[in-house]
Amino acid sequence: MFSRSATLSVRSIGHHAVDIVWRLGYASRFFALTVASSGPTFRRLRLLIRELYFTGVLSLIIILVSGLFVGMVLGLQGYHTLQTYGSESALGVLVALSLVRELGPVVAALLFASRAGSAMTAEIGLMKATEQLAAMEMMAVDPIARVVAPRFWAGVISMPLLAALFSAMGIFGGYLVGVVLIGVDEGSFWSQMQAAVDFRNDIMNGVIKSFVFGVAVTWISLFEGYDAPPTAEGVSGATTRTVVTSSLAILGLDFLLTSFMFRGL
Amino acid sequence: MPPVAQEPLIEISDVGFAYDRRPILTGINMVIPKGKVVAIMGVSGSGKTTLLRLISGVVKPTRGEVRVGGALVNELTPDSLYRMRRRMGMLFQFGALFTDLSVFDNVAFQMREHTDLSERMIRDLVMMKLHAVGLRGAHNLMPSELSGGMARRVALARAIALDPMLMMYDEPFTGLDPISLGVIGNLIRRLNDALGATSIVVTHDVQEALDIVDYVYYLSDGRMVAHGTPDDMRNSTDPLVRQFVYGEPDGPVPFQYPARDFAQDLKLVH
Repeated sequence: MFSRSATLSVRSIGHHAVDIVWRLGYASRFFALTVASSGPTFRRLRLLIRELYFTGVLSLIIILVSGLFVGMVLGLQGYHTLQTYGSESALGVLVALSLVRELGPVVAALLFASRAGSAMTAEIGLMKATEQLAAMEMMAVDPIARVVAPRFWAGVISMPLLAALFSAMGIFGGYLVGVVLIGVDEGSFWSQMQAAVDFRNDIMNGVIKSFVFGVAVTWISLFEGYDAPPTAEGVSGATTRTVVTSSLAILGLDFLLTSFMFRGL
Repeated sequence: MPPVAQEPLIEISDVGFAYDRRPILTGINMVIPKGKVVAIMGVSGSGKTTLLRLISGVVKPTRGEVRVGGALVNELTPDSLYRMRRRMGMLFQFGALFTDLSVFDNVAFQMREHTDLSERMIRDLVMMKLHAVGLRGAHNLMPSELSGGMARRVALARAIALDPMLMMYDEPFTGLDPISLGVIGNLIRRLNDALGATSIVVTHDVQEALDIVDYVYYLSDGRMVAHGTPDDMRNSTDPLVRQFVYGEPDGPVPFQYPARDFAQDLKLVH
């Protein structure tokens, strides 16, 4: 009896492992196909611009407002901590570095996954459930080239821009609280920030991070939508998986990238 | 009218298809002549839609051959398959209109994707297609603003956008009111004759289909069990066909899903 249940549990672990590997392979193939079918996206810029509007422009409000608040909180918390050591003038550096290196790319990507990623999954999942993708296929139009690729590149292009706006708004929020509200010296706030933030090490690394997150989130969102079972339950499950998997991927990738980028600093 | 007498557009010989080793279709032989409207009938789950998917090359048969216009569909490369599909039109069960595009853009979709026609020319063509289905006045509406019957007609206009040689209809009558039903049936016949196309109608709506088609293939459990003209079907003595054509609740296709003894299920006997 024991040996039978042991065999069964080993078998189910094996099944799960094979499933995961199979899905990873399928997702990689989907990614390769998307990149390979990107020609029409750049030949017909109208398609790309439309998607940039939906994924990028429509995410602006949540990104800008969140950036402002995160920056304001950073300003408050940073001031209280720095004040203990009498180094309030370094508030600008603290706010800017936290945002540009970490919070900007990571929080913007998390917000992007919940706003634009989930929308992409639901849209493509529903297009599949209502046979719109099959109809396209029947009209000799490749859905990967026509539907998936423009959304993919829109996500990849939008993400670094949104992260940059998030950071800029955050710095403004930190300035509002630190300088305008609390009264930290404006000159030292900006000049220390300017002196301490390095273009290549800080800003470029932040941009690289947000680019990687953009690829990961958009890939996960599109794949989940494309692979969703064509039912109401299937689409809702896929949307949830997009947010969960993207968030975990962002945080895991952030650790990996940070450990490569900032180990010598 | 024996269908083999005319030049065939589609030839299906000894086709079998299995999904995950579960047989869906077995030993199917069919010939669809050019210019005719042919119905594939059968109860739900009898493999009718799979047959359409085989003809359009969405799935490949596990055995046998599917030929469209002489070309062996199961051996076509993806490029030639796409070329072949440009000459086919398909009406999906619920229309499958692109919900983010207007009626006009839905009908213009294939023209914009596959041709270099000017927008002026596309506009004229779209209006002509919409006029043919009686919805020219609805060109500005979004799919969410259409009734079920109207959506089906727009989808039909979209399917005939590039004047296909073969039209496939997947359950075109499902969920329509009697007026829309008559309109769609009439359009299927009229458009087929006007375009000089060939049409396959997959359906289980017997009366509507028998009124408009030239020939009927009847599928049951993945096998071709009968075929003939609509009159042959109406006068058939085959109990399976009779049960289907006259909608008898019980017969060779049982009312009850296979189950163990009823008394046993109610625990009346031990």
